[in-house]
Amino acid sequence: MTRRVAVTGIGVVAPGGTGAKAFWDLLAAGRTATRGITLFDPVGLRSRIAAECDFDPADHGLDPDLSRHADRYIQFAVVAAGEAVRDSGLDTDAEDPWRVAVSLGSAVGGTTRLEHDYVLVSEGGRRWDVDHRAAGPKLHMAFSPSTLSSVVAEQFGARGPVQTVSTGCTSGLDAVGYAFHTIAEGRADVCISGASDSPISPITMACFDAIKATSPDNDDPEHASRPFDNNRNGFVMGEGAAVLVLEEYEHARARGAHIYCEIGGYATFGNAYHMTGLTGEGLEMSRAIDSTLDQARLDPTLIDYVNAHGSGTRQNDRHETAAVKRSLGAHAYDTPMSSIKSMVGHSLGAIGAIEVAACVLAMKHQVVPPTANYETPDPECDLDYVPRTARPRKLRNVLSVGSGFGGFQSAVLLTRSGGRTR
Amino acid sequence: MSTERPRRAVVTGIGVIAPNGLRADAYWKSVREGLGVLDRITREGCEDLPLKVAGEVRGFDASTLIEDRFLVQTDRFSHYTMAAAQLALDDAGLPRENPEEPFEIGVVTAAGSGGGEFGQRELQKLWGQGSKFVGPYQSIAWFYAASTGQISIRSGLKGPCGVVASDEAGGLDAIAHAARGVRRGTGAVLVGAAEAPLAPYSMVCQLGYPELSTVEDPDRAYRPFTAGACGFVPAEGGAMLVVEDESRARDRGAAVRAVVAGHGATFTGASRWEESREGLARAIRVALDEAGCAPEEVDVVFADALGVPEADRAEALAIADALGAHATRVPVTAPKTGIGRAYCGAPVLDTAAAVFAMEHGVVPPTPHVFDICHDLDLVMSRARPAELRTALVLSRGLMGSNAALVVRRGDDSAW
Repeated sequence: MTRRVAVTGIGVVAPGGTGAKAFWDLLAAGRTATRGITLFDPVGLRSRIAAECDFDPADHGLDPDLSRHADRYIQFAVVAAGEAVRDSGLDTDAEDPWRVAVSLGSAVGGTTRLEHDYVLVSEGGRRWDVDHRAAGPKLHMAFSPSTLSSVVAEQFGARGPVQTVSTGCTSGLDAVGYAFHTIAEGRADVCISGASDSPISPITMACFDAIKATSPDNDDPEHASRPFDNNRNGFVMGEGAAVLVLEEYEHARARGAHIYCEIGGYATFGNAYHMTGLTGEGLEMSRAIDSTLDQARLDPTLIDYVNAHGSGTRQNDRHETAAVKRSLGAHAYDTPMSSIKSMVGHSLGAIGAIEVAACVLAMKHQVVPPTANYETPDPECDLDYVPRTARPRKLRNVLSVGSGFGGFQSAVLLTRSGGRTR
Repeated sequence: MSTERPRRAVVTGIGVIAPNGLRADAYWKSVREGLGVLDRITREGCEDLPLKVAGEVRGFDASTLIEDRFLVQTDRFSHYTMAAAQLALDDAGLPRENPEEPFEIGVVTAAGSGGGEFGQRELQKLWGQGSKFVGPYQSIAWFYAASTGQISIRSGLKGPCGVVASDEAGGLDAIAHAARGVRRGTGAVLVGAAEAPLAPYSMVCQLGYPELSTVEDPDRAYRPFTAGACGFVPAEGGAMLVVEDESRARDRGAAVRAVVAGHGATFTGASRWEESREGLARAIRVALDEAGCAPEEVDVVFADALGVPEADRAEALAIADALGAHATRVPVTAPKTGIGRAYCGAPVLDTAAAVFAMEHGVVPPTPHVFDICHDLDLVMSRARPAELRTALVLSRGLMGSNAALVVRRGDDSAW
């Protein structure tokens, strides 16, 4: 069974503003939300900058238990899911709860809370034989990665298949992909789908310091995230969440829902090369792109925009440029390809979903978001990266691609063409 | 249009690293004999914690199976998973590395606890010494995707990779995810889960689960379906399977050990065990429906067997709801009472046991359980010979997931 899958709702919690509108306004204006870290004192770290969310759970009517006990990344997800469900106009009480699924991604889950309580039970890192009496309540909720989807399912009454996807930095794309399969193959009619992460913590910043993956431009945080620019020097950590309501196409039509676009295809492959390294050829990412085009029976020349992984590391941006050229051929040079990580940073598992949300909004507004801070071309990155300024463009078929630790390469195709073209 | 019948996903290889056996055949021997290996936790730093009993993997020397360059980058949970993966590849007759068609084989794991021991060590360096002491592998050892990524790299597998970060039921969801990938066109998927939740800080985190048993007598700590049920005992280890397209397996002359026939998954809320009755019953119906299997065709049930009275009652009733009158006749077993619950690894171990049970025509017993207070034909004390063609494996997670998997005998082409 293969059924059409529509996007009918969007919710976003991103650096620079909460809500899909604030998020789009930031992207369309080409503003950056990267700054010096305020969530903890980053003294001693190599990279002391991040794209943080100005987020207060009290502003969003979360129930007191969630405000008190739930990790920040779960609060993000609940708020984003709430916006997405409202936006979709779905009456969750009227749906068959067994046909409502949840598929959410997170790369590092509850590690921020885990670190916080670790410090308490270990006397500040002095003992291996930790003292359990010093731990805070409900620590098991940070330990179990499925807490994310469990809490969101609970909030919206979902009783169908509920999954948490954790494939590192492709988690968000893969969670949307799993949701797509869940609906296309008939296991649910509605899926609350997306990803969330809040990784701005000492341990996560320190572990990326150790491999020099993050930018050390502490004196100029606004311009530190420079994907595809020849002077790029690493990614800037981010946080946030995005949630989409995915829905079986006829189910959405029957209730008169606004349909943003459809999911045309999803694929993922492993590079089987290195946990953090990438080849220069982009063979596996290219294969993922090709597979999504095959699923939608879409000719590569009909791709109007590529939302890049564009993390701003030396190797990633070259890898990805090669992959897109391999799949789109000469058309790659006519296709705008931008990285919103230049503005909202890299929120690990969340960013894939945030980027899919950006694609949906780009199609809604028929505007390509820019790559902020792009000034100096890299001879090996010779595509059209939409420097600094958003650009109006007719957008019918849009690709979002991602690449993650573990060697995972994923692609999601969004389409408004309403039918197949070959 | 092609009128070929849909691709079938079959099991062609099994690898196990478990508290009761460090290979699939050793695991099955212990399961069949009803060996109980729950024991005092011996890991350094755990002495003063109120959790005393678990299923530890003992006698496992990772360096005999895994190269040093991988060992230094990975936590114990990945060591178990990588070792089980290699054993599964060997069992399936697939190359350990660099297959001819790398995009034909994917890797899917479920993970419920991540690299906790490695993570604790690096947290200790960060907070005890400073950020410059955090090592370069923390970023790839602690996170849930570590095992899938390392297996893909080590064996050169470029097919679709996935990670279900989940509660226990995720082990079955991962197998279903692999089977669906095979039905969509992937040649084979190395799938399963292994966990290592017995590091000191990981154990502190688990103390919050209201279902955890802290009883100190290994023979009495985990006794589901009895009047003395007092929670579950955690375990480490798990299993990996090779799930493969049937025609591909037959073409290369591999033994088809079982068919992954159906799966169902629902959610009924964390620790709301009474409601899991309806959720689990529905998952069973969905799984049977997908398998095209009537309730009467189920020959054995591998129960979730949480060991919490309310949850045990819900499971017994769910089996009755879904299987009707057949529920009182079908043998039910829970071999995990001998080893504890290895989180996502637990239902994968059960699936491995189900495959062996069908091959050997015997229902393994439920160790430590002698007198039950539910209307089930629970196989206790000793294994029971039986002609088994279809097994139903059940799992529920502490965060609210319910899952059911139907596996059928591989030598039968009727399904």
